[in-house]
Amino acid sequence: MPGTTLPKITLPKIASRSRKSLAIVAAAAAVPMVLTGCTDNTKSPGASASAGPIQVTSTKTECKVSTGSVPSGNLSFAVKNEGTEITEFYLLAEDGLRIVGEVENIGPGLTRNLVITAPAGKYTTACKPGMQGDGIRAAFEVTDSGNKTVDADFQKLVDTGVQQYTAYVKDQTEQLVTGTKAFADAYAAGDASKARELYAATRMHWERIEPVAESFGDLDPKLDAREADLEPGQEWTGWHRAEKDLFPPAGYTALTATERAKIATQLVADTEELGKRTRTVVLSADKLGNGAKELLDEVARGKVTGEEEIWSHTDLWDFQANVDGARIAFENLKPALAQKDAALATSLDEKFAALQAELKKHAKGDGFAYYTELSPAEVQQLAALVDALGEPLSKLTSAVVL
Amino acid sequence: MSGCPFNHEPAEAPDGGTQPAAVGPHRRGVSRRGLFSLAGVGGVGAVAGLAAGYLSHDAVAAVAAPAGSGSNVVPFYGERQAGIITPTQDRLHMAAFDVTIEDRAAVIQLLKDWTAAAEAMTTGRTTGATGAVDGSYDAPPEDTGEALDLAAGKLTLTFGFGPGLFEKDLKPRFGLEGRRPGALIDLPHFPGDALQPERTGGDIVVQACADDPQVAVHAIRNLARIGFGKVRVRWSQLGFGRTSSTSRAQATARNLFGFKDGTANLKSEDAAPLDEHVWATAGTHPGEAWMAGGSYLVSRRIRMHIEIWDRTSLREQEGLIGRTKGVGAPLSGGEEFTAPDFAIKGRDGEPLIPIDSHVRLAHADQNNGVKMLRRGYNYTDGSDGLGHLDAGLFFIAFVKDPRTHYVPMQMAMAKSDKLALEYLKHTGSGLFAVPPGIKAGGFIGEGLFA
Ligand SMILES: [Cu+2]
Repeated sequence: MPGTTLPKITLPKIASRSRKSLAIVAAAAAVPMVLTGCTDNTKSPGASASAGPIQVTSTKTECKVSTGSVPSGNLSFAVKNEGTEITEFYLLAEDGLRIVGEVENIGPGLTRNLVITAPAGKYTTACKPGMQGDGIRAAFEVTDSGNKTVDADFQKLVDTGVQQYTAYVKDQTEQLVTGTKAFADAYAAGDASKARELYAATRMHWERIEPVAESFGDLDPKLDAREADLEPGQEWTGWHRAEKDLFPPAGYTALTATERAKIATQLVADTEELGKRTRTVVLSADKLGNGAKELLDEVARGKVTGEEEIWSHTDLWDFQANVDGARIAFENLKPALAQKDAALATSLDEKFAALQAELKKHAKGDGFAYYTELSPAEVQQLAALVDALGEPLSKLTSAVVL
Repeated sequence: MSGCPFNHEPAEAPDGGTQPAAVGPHRRGVSRRGLFSLAGVGGVGAVAGLAAGYLSHDAVAAVAAPAGSGSNVVPFYGERQAGIITPTQDRLHMAAFDVTIEDRAAVIQLLKDWTAAAEAMTTGRTTGATGAVDGSYDAPPEDTGEALDLAAGKLTLTFGFGPGLFEKDLKPRFGLEGRRPGALIDLPHFPGDALQPERTGGDIVVQACADDPQVAVHAIRNLARIGFGKVRVRWSQLGFGRTSSTSRAQATARNLFGFKDGTANLKSEDAAPLDEHVWATAGTHPGEAWMAGGSYLVSRRIRMHIEIWDRTSLREQEGLIGRTKGVGAPLSGGEEFTAPDFAIKGRDGEPLIPIDSHVRLAHADQNNGVKMLRRGYNYTDGSDGLGHLDAGLFFIAFVKDPRTHYVPMQMAMAKSDKLALEYLKHTGSGLFAVPPGIKAGGFIGEGLFA
């Protein structure tokens, strides 16, 4: 049936070993089977929106939905695949074309949840066993529960935020390319003190957009591998190779001029390639949200522990840059978030501010104190603020995307 | 695991299964439970007699409830060492020792002393001739005593030898020239390794597994004490919850990521696969023939970034693992024990079980059919001072040959497993040659020193 197949939401797929590029279409999640069908009996009878998930059973020939009408608000579908093929479930708008929510790739025997926010209106449900064709459809209605639904301009706010962040990525990569060239020139020319001076500040442009940069699985190890990450026989290039040479540990043998020139040339070439590729990256709200969370995870894992810059000890520059990147993503999404979950937006504002205030205490001139200059108590204080921010930040994506 | 429907006591299947649970009259040590019941039955007089050492040990053994029997004893002697295919107990205390002397005879004597103590403790008795309370009033007790009144707790003690026992600074030790098995390699650096020397290596390892943590701790403590002046503990590790099952009678346990772990693990019931993947052979040169019937123990202390994991969406968690969190079914469908279908593709031709998921990378199908027997434990060593749990998986595997059965897989995982890249950090490591079992009257590693 040409022309009637379900439209597919196209989210760009960034080929990657990094997990940041997971395309989240809607919050689909498997639930333990024992939990499906559980209802909260303590709720008052009127609150039917919280009466447990709507049960959907998908087989080769049927798409059973436990109810055809629910009050507006947060809807939760528990979709069980009782067929033998992979199935999908869609909630479509009245026109039967626009996808309100979907959950794909449900293996035989598995159950997954689809949680969405839907205003009152007429809808269509569809299971798609075998992921082929039009799907098995049925009418579905959402009645007005009186709960305030989301502003119609919501999608516009999201789109604007994504555009702004895309521009930010472009700006940062341009600055990264320019800065890397200057750094590489100084390094190749043997001007170690100038290269040391440029090292941390230039890397900040990389660290601000790390989730996007890291999504290129081949470039990330070339540019940002630490010595411990190498496998036997792997050639070591990139920033940290130069770092070790510029901030040498005891007993270290310096690279020759030829070796340095090679590292420098490669660094510039890989960075230019990165710049080129980021031009065509298509971002989405979930990437912004997940990217922001991911940047904070990076801080918690490597920067607050001083593991990222083990020779230069310039971890606080990276720290600041990761926080910058996360904050920009959050602020780009904030107008949309404010509609969905104003309390979360406020809380994130406060926590970003608190972390930034603490970081500022360690500012020195244009840069920061070295990691080795921090006292254990200061590191603990930073780590606590990172955790305080990281927890609510992990809720940003689902808050905006649902 | 309480309330688990599978957690019944499986019929005792001693490793190798050839050894009767003998209670010989020559055996030393006091039954820990026996002492207790004797005090109850015989009253003050009997206890006084014991304390003064008037009763012979034979008499004690005869009076006391028979040790070395019952469902909480795993026989120590046998064709294979216990603690490899023994159904995984709930608790672990593992210790690696450095040998601090260079005297061959002294090492042999230590191994003999350890054998006697290990046999006593695994049958629920105290160590030494006079145990915890039967010795001289003016001497420190031989047994440390904290396991008094406790049952054997299915304690197993499994011994292995690290590369450092065979050579130090490139010089052979203890006359063991030519005896180091080819499979006892120095492990390569794996990408992302952050090994701490104080948690890595060791000349001799002892794995103590028991259902009671105090029993396992008591065992290592007493062995360490016996070894003072000859060996020094290099590192030790407590584990509090098994993360794999080694018997079909056991339910699959969960790791600290909340996922079922070890679903596809080799089980003690799989005799032929055990020969193929776990039990070592006589090797290629005569000097390593002593390892026939033994195995190689790989230990890795794998720190998990728990807090970061907890902020990760369920979708992503499942994608990283390749199984559902609830029932542990492979993402290709089915139930927990349904074989994963790595070929099945979903939307956009992407495999349902992601290419870089843990299940796929670790699966035998992706590793030349190679399997291993894992006995890992969850661990928590408190917190790290930054408000995060110092917790993770203490990975233990027994393999036929680490060159074929561990290194290639770990290299692949370290390179491409997103889970490893983002959520794990290897902080400790060890590789040990675990000799075959000990016959009554023999001692640990007898074949090596023959
Ligand atoms: Cu695993």
